Amino acid sequence: MFESRQRTIIFVFALVAFVMLFRLFYMQVIDDSYKEAAANISLQRIIEYPYRGIVYDRKGKICVYNVPVYDVMVLPKEVKKGMDTLRFCELFGITKEEFSETITAARTYSKVKPSPFIKQLSHTEFAKVQDQLIDFPGFFISPRTVRGYDHSSMGIVLGYIGEISAGRLEKYKKEGNNYYRSGDYLGISGLENYYEEQLRGKRGVKFMMVDVNGIQKGHYKEGIFDTAAVRGENLYSTVDLELQKFGEELMKNKKGSIICMEPKTGEILAMISSPTYDPNLLRGRDFSKNYLALQKDPLKPLFNRALMAPYPPGSIFKTLQALTAMQEGVIDSNMVWPCVQDVVHCHPHPGPCNLRQSIQWSCNPYYLQVFRRIINQHKSGNTFLDTRIGYDKWREYISSFGIGQKLGIDMPSEKKGILRTVAYYDRIYGEKHWKYSNVYSLSIGQGELGMSPLHMANMACILANRGYYYTPHFIKKIGEKGTTPAQFKVRHQTKVAAEHFESIITGMQWAVQGGTVWSQARMKTVTICGKTGTAQNPHGKDHSIFICFAPKDNPTIAVATVVENSGFGGFVAAPIATLMVEKYLNDTIQRKNLYEHMLSRDYIHKDTSSNGKTGEAGKNH
Amino acid sequence: MARQEKLVKTIDIPLLGMYLALLLLGWLTIYASELDVNADIDAWDMSISSGRQLLFIGTSSVLIILIMATDYKFYDVFSYFIYAGILLVLVAVLGVGKTVAGSKSWLGVGTFGVQPSEFAKFATSLALAKYLSNPLIRLDRWPDLNRAAIIIAIPAILILLQNDTGSTLVFSAFIIPLFREGLAPWIPNLGLGVVFLFVLTLVVPQTWLLVAIGVIAIAAFFIIDKTLNNVIALAIIASVICLVVIGANYFINDVLQPHQRNRIKVLVQPGIDPLGVGWNVTQSKNAIGSGGFLGKGYLEGTQTKFDFVPEQSTDFIFCTIGEEFGFLGSLLVCGLFLGMLWRLVYLADRQKMKFSRVYGYCVAAIIFFHFTINIGMTVGLLPVIGIPLPFISYGGSSLWSFTILLFIFLKLDAHRSQMLSRDAG
Repeated sequence: MFESRQRTIIFVFALVAFVMLFRLFYMQVIDDSYKEAAANISLQRIIEYPYRGIVYDRKGKICVYNVPVYDVMVLPKEVKKGMDTLRFCELFGITKEEFSETITAARTYSKVKPSPFIKQLSHTEFAKVQDQLIDFPGFFISPRTVRGYDHSSMGIVLGYIGEISAGRLEKYKKEGNNYYRSGDYLGISGLENYYEEQLRGKRGVKFMMVDVNGIQKGHYKEGIFDTAAVRGENLYSTVDLELQKFGEELMKNKKGSIICMEPKTGEILAMISSPTYDPNLLRGRDFSKNYLALQKDPLKPLFNRALMAPYPPGSIFKTLQALTAMQEGVIDSNMVWPCVQDVVHCHPHPGPCNLRQSIQWSCNPYYLQVFRRIINQHKSGNTFLDTRIGYDKWREYISSFGIGQKLGIDMPSEKKGILRTVAYYDRIYGEKHWKYSNVYSLSIGQGELGMSPLHMANMACILANRGYYYTPHFIKKIGEKGTTPAQFKVRHQTKVAAEHFESIITGMQWAVQGGTVWSQARMKTVTICGKTGTAQNPHGKDHSIFICFAPKDNPTIAVATVVENSGFGGFVAAPIATLMVEKYLNDTIQRKNLYEHMLSRDYIHKDTSSNGKTGEAGKNH
Repeated sequence: MARQEKLVKTIDIPLLGMYLALLLLGWLTIYASELDVNADIDAWDMSISSGRQLLFIGTSSVLIILIMATDYKFYDVFSYFIYAGILLVLVAVLGVGKTVAGSKSWLGVGTFGVQPSEFAKFATSLALAKYLSNPLIRLDRWPDLNRAAIIIAIPAILILLQNDTGSTLVFSAFIIPLFREGLAPWIPNLGLGVVFLFVLTLVVPQTWLLVAIGVIAIAAFFIIDKTLNNVIALAIIASVICLVVIGANYFINDVLQPHQRNRIKVLVQPGIDPLGVGWNVTQSKNAIGSGGFLGKGYLEGTQTKFDFVPEQSTDFIFCTIGEEFGFLGSLLVCGLFLGMLWRLVYLADRQKMKFSRVYGYCVAAIIFFHFTINIGMTVGLLPVIGIPLPFISYGGSSLWSFTILLFIFLKLDAHRSQMLSRDAG
């Protein structure tokens, strides 16, 4: 059956083969245009790297710009076997071993694709070798830019750029992002990373005709296939570079953070994480060496404490406890409570406090009572159940202040801190096996609570705004004509109404003017409202914490300061914070002595403190 | 020993010779594609493709010995088991496969991996041959034809789910053995008709095409006998053609992914997508066209040396042959493939067992499809569909699967005289 179909099939096979052969004969023998296209000229695709966007500070000062450098590239395929290696090494000041090592690595990567041979020659170095390079076929210059800084601060905010790692390249490929190629630079941390897509611009490509000697003969088809590189967008940052520098100076020899914000907008004016690093270390040819050194540094200068370190907030948390209790109606501002130190200790302060005084003097027993009234509202006869209901309620309030969650700042690696759930305590103690006495440390901001300095600064903003905040952010606009990204214009309302803030804010005013804050830290001309905190720390001396905003009415700056292992909040963190306020509001420092004194403090190398009052005398102020 | 001698005598020498010739040509070309004149790397160094291909050739010969040593009845008896096994692996790939170049078709550990879709070809051939070898099966009956179609469709769909369009299309080649075994001719003709309309929709705007169909239909109306049946038939045919045109248009513009659409459109508009697939085809054509009649000489190619042509040692390997060996090289490759296809069809038809015959036609059809698509793509006649040139392209899975495909047939052919004539075909 169907034997005749064999012939049809053979006929189809032969027909196709002859069509192919005819086409090939036409292309290879008759039509000369392909030979012309390929005769001596071949095409080269040249990637044009765009100019990376510049970052400005809020006053228009340049924070980071671009500097041209020159990479010596090698195309292993074209390197002549008998090249004068000795002369080449002398010219570039490298050893023969380095030479053979690099060229082997380049060959392993690809013989036909260029790889960098010597990276980042400066303009003067380039001028020296430019005309001699012609004697070394296979080597050519590829211009590129690196970042440049006119100052040595803001490292942790700006972040750095670096070559894309093989792992990240693979990850992007899997996600379907095919923009990057091996050897490309991209933002690795900070704003450089978060705004990478805006800053990097768009790569262009040129199709150049090249003869057999590799000499360019102009654009292919007059450049109709070329696409121009599109330069990256400039970023207009909210940071005040001068304030940032000032803060970094103040934090020398101290571990910790300062964050200054504009409460009305959520704009970050300065973010200091100390010890920090000079961004110039991570820009040039010594990137790898310097990076390794920074990574090995036991003080962890690359670690952004301001966003990532969770601290127990200590007494600054009392403001939130008071607000929650007021809103819940379990206290009023006239409630007076004696300083009975049977469960928690306190420090010497005048008499029983009302609400304002409890903030002014940071009375611990007062807040033991406030927190108890929030947690145990007798909604259930069973004290365990009652605690669960109360804790859940309390947690809702605290969450509305952004605590225990990422605030959504425009910087990578923000941490959410610690705010435990009911489920967590159920797991630890067993369901219905925990009550107020298990969680009472939270009343004074100790225990299972972790806030990053950013959370604290945001809390200061909420107090300044009497109840709301905007997501903290670093960027006013992207590109000259841009506007603030929409997510930073959303007002977040907390669960506490504005009317409950006044007595607490007055308490904060009195804390600065005649309470827990060191008298030297006061400012005569501006009304600062602040709250001290001293966080117990199992690894050494207490952390000194302070939040404040100023002026009292219509505040323009809110500050949070943490100085690790330096003792009492009112003596270290508070003066640093008020100096930041003074610098921002007045631009000059009148309190020269205080400034010199704070500059000279060293809480890293020798555990000193001139006050003598810090340490054992007071905890949880 | 006696068995070995017999095997050498009975294995088909012309096919074996052409297989070896293609293998050698392939290896030489893979070496040329990645040659680095300045690096002191031997052709068999494992860090380059030609070195690894040598390893694949070595393992292929082990496969050949295994196939030849297996009892010839094994393939007939176990064909459905082999088929089922491959289907299971294809399903497994969907779950745990690795994605390479957009297709989730690799199964493997570390740097070593295989593409099960390559092996689905011979497994499906075996299953189809087994099914059609039943003398009661008649392809002019719909239920039988449908079952045959399902055998082909299951692996094809699984491979399509891996996002490997090229390998899926290969399964359309099975229409050739089906045709040989009695498929009504209108079915392949219909297929060709659809492809023709498909190409027309690319070249001619849709509205013009629809108007043209309408004009032809009206003209036909005046020519035909105006019986009711004829008029209805004419109306139906015209509407179906219109629907195919609209459907093809919809398929190209709304169903295909952008890169697939460009691969087709670049055939009629070479200027489209100059940075992507248009660039590849232009470079490929320049390389082949510049080879001339005699070629630039082995290892003397310039176009293929500068990395202008992508996938130089796999899908676009024919560029290197065309450039370095010229039209003579093209003639040799086309001649070897045509010779191999002719010999396969000739041997298939002399089989006494229908199973062997169908399998032989499957082998020929698959090699034919790969050859056509691959060469057609490099010379700009067909869209860029990434499938390898059999026996020549670099790659372990491809070489192994084609070796298995071919040598199972050689094994069956070697024993044709021992087989009972169950069906004269």
